[in-house]
Amino acid sequence: MFDRRLIHYFDWGLLGLAIVLGSIGLASVYSAVTADPPPAPLKVLFYKQIVWFCIGLLVMVAAFSFNYRLLERWAHPVYIGCVLMLLGVIVFGKLAGGSRRWLILGPLHFQPSEMIKIAVVLVLAKYYSKDASARGFTLKELARPMLLAILPVGLIVMQPDLGTAGLVTLIAVTITLFVKVERRSLLTLLAGCMAVVPVVWFMLKDYQKRRILTFLNPDHDPLGSGYHIIQSKIAIGSGMITGKGYLQGTQNGLSFLPEEHTDFIFSILAEEWGLVGSALLLFLFIVLILWGVSIAHRCRDPFGTILAIGLTSLFFWQVIINIGMTMGLMPVVGVPLPFISYGGSSTITVAICVGLLMNVSMRRFMLE
Amino acid sequence: MDRYVNTLDSEWYKQRIVGASICALVAFVALFVRLIYLQVVLGEEYQRLSVNNSIRLQIVDPPRGLILDRNGMKLAENRPSFDVSFTPKDAGDTGRVLGDLSVHLEIPSDDLLGRVKNSKGLAAFKPVLLKQDIGRDVLAVVEARKVDLPGVQVNVRLRRNYLYGTSASHVIGYLGEINTEELKGGGFPSLRGGDYIGRFGVERTYEAFLRGEPGGRQVEVNANGQVMRVLSTVAARPGQNVFLTIDRELQQKTEELLEGVVGAAVAVDPQNGHVLSLASSPSFNQNSFVSGIAADSWESLLANPFRPMENKAIQGEYPPGSTFKIITAIAGLEEKVIDETTTFDCAGSLPFGGRDFRCWKKEGHGRVDIRRALTESCDVFFYRVGQRLGVDRLAWYAKACGLGARTGIALDQEARGLIPSSVWKKKRFGVPWQEGETLSVAIGQGYDLTTPLQMALVAASVGNGGTRYRPLILDRVETMEGEVVYQNLTQVAGKIPASPRTLSIVQQGLWSAVNGERGTASRARLKDIEVAGKTGTSQVIGRKESGEDYLPPHLRPHAWFVCYAPAGSPRVAVAVLIENGEHGSSAAGPIAREMVKTYLRKTPAGERGSKDAVQVLAGNG
Repeated sequence: MFDRRLIHYFDWGLLGLAIVLGSIGLASVYSAVTADPPPAPLKVLFYKQIVWFCIGLLVMVAAFSFNYRLLERWAHPVYIGCVLMLLGVIVFGKLAGGSRRWLILGPLHFQPSEMIKIAVVLVLAKYYSKDASARGFTLKELARPMLLAILPVGLIVMQPDLGTAGLVTLIAVTITLFVKVERRSLLTLLAGCMAVVPVVWFMLKDYQKRRILTFLNPDHDPLGSGYHIIQSKIAIGSGMITGKGYLQGTQNGLSFLPEEHTDFIFSILAEEWGLVGSALLLFLFIVLILWGVSIAHRCRDPFGTILAIGLTSLFFWQVIINIGMTMGLMPVVGVPLPFISYGGSSTITVAICVGLLMNVSMRRFMLE
Repeated sequence: MDRYVNTLDSEWYKQRIVGASICALVAFVALFVRLIYLQVVLGEEYQRLSVNNSIRLQIVDPPRGLILDRNGMKLAENRPSFDVSFTPKDAGDTGRVLGDLSVHLEIPSDDLLGRVKNSKGLAAFKPVLLKQDIGRDVLAVVEARKVDLPGVQVNVRLRRNYLYGTSASHVIGYLGEINTEELKGGGFPSLRGGDYIGRFGVERTYEAFLRGEPGGRQVEVNANGQVMRVLSTVAARPGQNVFLTIDRELQQKTEELLEGVVGAAVAVDPQNGHVLSLASSPSFNQNSFVSGIAADSWESLLANPFRPMENKAIQGEYPPGSTFKIITAIAGLEEKVIDETTTFDCAGSLPFGGRDFRCWKKEGHGRVDIRRALTESCDVFFYRVGQRLGVDRLAWYAKACGLGARTGIALDQEARGLIPSSVWKKKRFGVPWQEGETLSVAIGQGYDLTTPLQMALVAASVGNGGTRYRPLILDRVETMEGEVVYQNLTQVAGKIPASPRTLSIVQQGLWSAVNGERGTASRARLKDIEVAGKTGTSQVIGRKESGEDYLPPHLRPHAWFVCYAPAGSPRVAVAVLIENGEHGSSAAGPIAREMVKTYLRKTPAGERGSKDAVQVLAGNG
């Protein structure tokens, strides 16, 4: 039975926001891949991204067309499936750039570490929605969700993909803090983390340590990450207030920027559109975040609320980390900018998140 | 009242929503402030830096790792060379500068212009390589005129130097300039135009160890491209040193022995599969590739009828001739179609299917058993064994002994060889197998094809008691400082499907082929070392067609010799193939003998043997 209220409550605002952001992304990818001197070998990436954009729209429709509460039942199977895929990546994965992140199934190449972000949000939402209380969770109650988060994080670190591992951790922490942790437990946890940091440092691979050191002191590796940060800052800064104009960026054109169509796409946008354009993009992103928080706010179902908060925090952290990285505020880690960066896995993840947020939003009447 | 989330009015729950929103806003404000700082406060400065693209990265090349033999003797090292390159953006008047430069470099200025134009795919601030390895005289002139030649730079680069030009060239290989496609392909992220990568041999196989990681300097340049200040530097990580299993002395001896003939010779250690020497003749000079080989020398190498660029030891496929009788003997004994007492009468030929299959000895061998058949290489005996086995059983044993498949040596373009079967023939030619063909195959003629390396490994496995090792060319990899970063481990590829009894019969046959009174391999006999081996003569054209005595050189049969020594516990196994060398015993045998002698005299038993052996000797003393 189709409920007419689904149309009445449909979140047109969020749809519009997603399409505007996605279009800005397409325009930026076009600029990034055509700036190389002709024949631009990467131009095909732009057409691929259009295809991904369309697939993303379909995925989004699929993600809002069923009742999200079914996910409460499906959370564990989805989670287990994703963890198995992560294991598969470590065993069979394709080696690219020194780490195994890709799983190949016939013509499909994908990164399970993208999907695990959503899976972790699902299991945590399921777990916390059962017993959330104003008292907050105690250390003992937190053991299970922590385990659920640490397992995939550990597997992602083994790939190794430090950026995504950190991201999943941040998302899990955000959700946990949102549902509240009892004060004594929180203090104990903080102290515990301080003790663990040196151990983790010891376990990191050399290039990961180098990245963190570069973050703290870009001169540490002026050829690799440090060089990227300096070139990215030059690109952003030289955009000044009004920018150099679309397709007029020079840093990009001379291939100074690494990964210009994925991780450093914001630098191109900021160079070409200046403060005006980049501030507008930041504005659109904060609208998106607040929109997500308000969906959580309006939802009467604990599972839906926590799910919305988790998905929103996923967007939040990716935006902060990616843009912060291009401006030298964050370490250089491979976290794509949602909606804007080139990439199939990333586009699909974003589409699922948007679709699920819409899903929660349009079914809020069901508990009224 | 504990359950709060679904109570919209809970004050406390609202707080959490508001708290989350405030956190998000604060973070975005921080990003915005940073944006203003970069684009407004520092905007002018960054604008200036971006206009000249004045922050540049200068790559510092890592020295390539050395290639050494098993004893640490250098085979390939590096030497400094001076390269002239040109940065169009810094030159101002490109035409004039290149015109002046063409006089000094003795290259027509059109050629230079062409080079610069060809690299238009690269950004204008990236230097284009114009001439490599200029002599010191030219260097002095260019350096003196530096002021008149804006945009021209001379860089010191390390270049490969092969200490023994033509020696082991097929093993060591050579380097070649990386091409545009490879650069775009993304497989070599740290390389740029003008860089060299391994193109052949060990240089290619172990490129990842040898290359190292480039370092670099970040510099700020002025409008003329001159470095104003160095912002920071990272040292290059030198390539790692590759120690081969090759023994340089034996390798050189092998090459001397092959001088003037066309062919290949391989020596392996039967106890672990280490390749001790691997030579293919004629050879080529690797040093002619160091600065890019000239087109005409390359063409003449390719046009040479004796194929110097081909590594005949692993790429050359030849009918194994009588050396294949080792396989036929094992198959016959194991399948029990014969035993050690079975005898056949050899009358000089075996009539079959309306045709005479001849023995190499026209007058015949009389009654022979398996040992005598191996010793005297009686064809008729093995025709009969082949008849009883059938081609498919024979093929199974040949394949189980490692024939018809790549040995897995870490060098490119290894050939498989060919072991025919009835299924194969049906598929390949669409006609059924003829039983007469089995007779040819049983003595290593017909469709059978093997590489010299494969046959050396067969000899090694027969000698060591049946273990097949994967041939290794790399022993270990060390850093510049001598720390071992990779140790190649012995890899067992399989077992020869033969009982100890079968192996010992074959071993006895091979021993008396060299040491027996009527052995065909007596030319390989050594006074103080017991060699066990087998000759082979493989037809280039059928015996029937060949008619009588005289054959033009290119139709003469190939000569084979395989052996191992010392017979009891072999420490070296050898295969020699001489193209159109006619007789295995006379053309290939003495070469194998000298190789065995060189290696075993140089490394007396115990020196490289197991620790136990050393201890026993000490105990006796």
